[in-house]
Amino acid sequence: MNKKKNIIHPYIPNSVPEIKTKMLEEIGVEDIETLYEDIPEILRFKDEMNLPNPFLSEIELKKHVEQILAKNQTCQENLSFLGGDCWQHYVPAICDEINQRSEFLTAYAGEPYEDHGRFQSLFEYASMMGELLNMDVVNVPTYDWGQAASTSLRMAARITGRTEALVAESISPDRLLIIKNYCKPIIKIQLVKYNEKTGKLDLDDLKTKISSNTAAIYFENPSYHGCIEDQGKIISDIAHEYGALSLVGVDPISLGILIPPNNYGADIVCGDIQGLGMHMQYGGGHAGFIATRDEEKYVMEYPSRLFGITTTAVEGEHGFGDVTYDRTSFHDRIEGKEFIGTAAALWGITAGVYLALVGPQGMQELGKLIVQRSQYAMKKLSEIDGLNIPFNETSHFKEFVIDFSTSGKTTKEINKSLLKKGIFGGKDISSEFPELGNCAVYCVTETHTKEDIDRLVQAVIDCLKEEEIK
Amino acid sequence: MSREIKVRNFHQAKWDEPVIFELSSKGERGILFPEIEKEIEEIIGDGISNLPKNMVREQPPNLPELSQMQVLKHYLRLSQQTLGADLNVDIGQGTCTMKYSPKINEKFATSPKLTELHPSQDETTVQGILEIIYKLDLFLREISGLDKFTFQPGGGSQAIFAMASIIYTHHENNGETEKRDEIISTMFSHPSDAAAPNVKGYRVINIYPNEDGLPDVEALKEAVSDRTAGLLITNPEDTGIFNPKIKEFTRIVHEVGGVCGYDQANANGILGITRAKEADFDLCFFNLHKTFSSPHGCGGPATGALGVTKEFIQYLPVPLVEFDEKKYYFNYDIPKSIGKVRAYYGVVPAILRAYSWIMSLGNDGLKEASQIAVLNNNYLLKKVLKIRGASAPYAEERHRIEQVRFSWEELYKETGITTEDVTCRMVDFGFHMWSSHHPFIVPQPFTLEPTESYSKAELDEYIAGLKKVVEEAYENPEVVKSAPHRSVVHKIDADSLDDPSKWAITWRAYLKKK
Repeated sequence: MNKKKNIIHPYIPNSVPEIKTKMLEEIGVEDIETLYEDIPEILRFKDEMNLPNPFLSEIELKKHVEQILAKNQTCQENLSFLGGDCWQHYVPAICDEINQRSEFLTAYAGEPYEDHGRFQSLFEYASMMGELLNMDVVNVPTYDWGQAASTSLRMAARITGRTEALVAESISPDRLLIIKNYCKPIIKIQLVKYNEKTGKLDLDDLKTKISSNTAAIYFENPSYHGCIEDQGKIISDIAHEYGALSLVGVDPISLGILIPPNNYGADIVCGDIQGLGMHMQYGGGHAGFIATRDEEKYVMEYPSRLFGITTTAVEGEHGFGDVTYDRTSFHDRIEGKEFIGTAAALWGITAGVYLALVGPQGMQELGKLIVQRSQYAMKKLSEIDGLNIPFNETSHFKEFVIDFSTSGKTTKEINKSLLKKGIFGGKDISSEFPELGNCAVYCVTETHTKEDIDRLVQAVIDCLKEEEIK
Repeated sequence: MSREIKVRNFHQAKWDEPVIFELSSKGERGILFPEIEKEIEEIIGDGISNLPKNMVREQPPNLPELSQMQVLKHYLRLSQQTLGADLNVDIGQGTCTMKYSPKINEKFATSPKLTELHPSQDETTVQGILEIIYKLDLFLREISGLDKFTFQPGGGSQAIFAMASIIYTHHENNGETEKRDEIISTMFSHPSDAAAPNVKGYRVINIYPNEDGLPDVEALKEAVSDRTAGLLITNPEDTGIFNPKIKEFTRIVHEVGGVCGYDQANANGILGITRAKEADFDLCFFNLHKTFSSPHGCGGPATGALGVTKEFIQYLPVPLVEFDEKKYYFNYDIPKSIGKVRAYYGVVPAILRAYSWIMSLGNDGLKEASQIAVLNNNYLLKKVLKIRGASAPYAEERHRIEQVRFSWEELYKETGITTEDVTCRMVDFGFHMWSSHHPFIVPQPFTLEPTESYSKAELDEYIAGLKKVVEEAYENPEVVKSAPHRSVVHKIDADSLDDPSKWAITWRAYLKKK
């Protein structure tokens, strides 16, 4: 304590004693302690917080933190085929350049004037997402896909006045946990099976479970297992027949080559933009979108900020501002729709930069490149003895399931062995989907070359040959 | 310009920048992807032909077409038309703790050693980041006095929702969910303290402030019953007045079997001074993007770090990060867990920045940060009260913690100038001034929070800005009413944003309605 008495911390300008004294004089008190007069003794924390000695100099701090981070092994230093709810796509340099700009990084909740750029860039993000999704309304991003899907379900329940919803069992189990918690106890969630051969939604099961109490059916495209759901129109028609809404979670990066859910009857579309210019960041790069048609009954049920374009006092000037702010909980803490707060705006701005860079042709080329590479990986892997690809007859986008059951080895053993070769094998889903057997989800994107895929194939062959894996 | 008034002859960047679609030029490319390898093409073909015909998008999405430098330039201009905390004296956004986010922490957060980690990697390959997560948990246990933290919530509101979910699960566990259907909050707590439990199906009772500006204890006594599930309360509330009876609040709620959740999103004035533990809270959360310096990013990504006492660990979202004296690992074995609130483990870069910020300050530095934040706030209070037309309702002659909700009521009565008008005029001097959460219990409100980051000279400059605008309000109100004049754009037409036939949330909608 004593030795640090004279530290003037670089982050705290007014810790200079002379300034402190001057300010105390102005306030008219002897010491800072007096300013805490309202906190009674009984609530005071008398000890010191047991925290490590700080690194006051930036040199020491940098060394300390970098030493810890050095213990990590990254997907850049290894060859990774991990997917699931987080994907390794290429991040263009300009995405980082823009989201690290001081102005965007440190702005928060300014007005449509001094923060005009924040409003415009988020409006543009929504506009470009709107083109990708073929929908006219897109929100300022929420936390992630799980939240976007949860809110889509709550919106559907409010719009239909019903409290039951169907969710495809083939969605990410983590996302299902988020949805279940967010909907409980208001909406009863029932799962709809997937066809065990195709991985697509089991239409018979859907028909059995849907009723006039159903607010919505929610399914994903591609599914968690990577299967492209081509029965979207049939599913939406069944939903509409019962007065329910069709809700689709979609991977936006697939929409350069796949038709958007609106085209097969979706009423609310949601998903995650992490793949559109965000690094994986150990799961820190997520942001969720929700899109609908421009109908009042949909727009008024969004809990999110919605930024709109408008005119100003000066002819020809574009202005931006909040559309129907009064629907949010910022305006009304009780009657507002769900709740709103700080979520993931910077990633929305970044995804806008990404879409502007990649453009229409780029999205098409990117989608094509991804399916070519993932199809090649699937084909090569399917030729290996002792390894099966469930849903092999169904088309996939970037992810697919591999079943190691007949090899006599567990996914865990395979992944341990691959790790020794510098490869992060697919995500082990044998406990998430035990009915599929001993499985992993592999993800192949534009970042994987033929050489990378061939290396994986050879490594898997070698792993299966290994006598015993320790 | 008079040198006595220290406001700047400011003008914000005004590029008159078109919407990106207006910049599109057919055929231009911003980035190229690799060509597919010949061998793959020979085996697979174009890939597209293998997809179901009804799923193939024939027409590419109607995105703008720009070359790379043109995209960069467009967004750099938009960034210049945004006033971040790094550029302005950002003390006008009270309750939000717009402190300095150290640049060294950005270096860490953008290091490939973090950014290129996939959350499903083998635990042995991520020991560094797990160590950071685990140690930040230990730090926050010290700062709050509670027993375990999760960083999964992606913001304060999501942390509040997680608290409401824990309260729900706790009562469900005791077979009391049906009966306990009410949550108590206060009007000066964050709106989400009411809105989020509402989503969880709770009826929310909002306690109004008494004449001292504090939530009324008598009203609380009337509100509690065997229907009470819990309490979600901020302290200090938006007024910056510390509630000295907070322990009585938790006692009253505990006595009827309720659970107490402390909204410490903004704890910037009380680090090392007073904690959730001493006030007997079961749950609490800190916003890492407020008190712990992670930048606000135009509204996230962010973290609501949620802490609980031992009894409530069993309900936390999965997974928790643990340490067995040799290695860090994930614990998914939490049988009564609420499940999950966000993907994976939260906004990890924010966790890393908060860790680094605490490691750069330590016990003494954190206390110093809080004390200076309080010093700055009371200095500001003293100075603002000297400005004609300004007042600070409640707790007269008392000091405040880290922020104050002021009022322009007198200014409004005398000049017709509203808080919104002042806000718009402050922009002309390079400042931001925020009003208040709704409803406006304090008339013509404005809320200032100087944090520890701004120098005395900067506080004086902000005060000079307020004085200047007030002077104008009395002498030349028209210039205030018609502001802003030197910002990016002029007064917007807000009415069309509430009109379904006119609002346009995307460019395509705009083109249809134009």
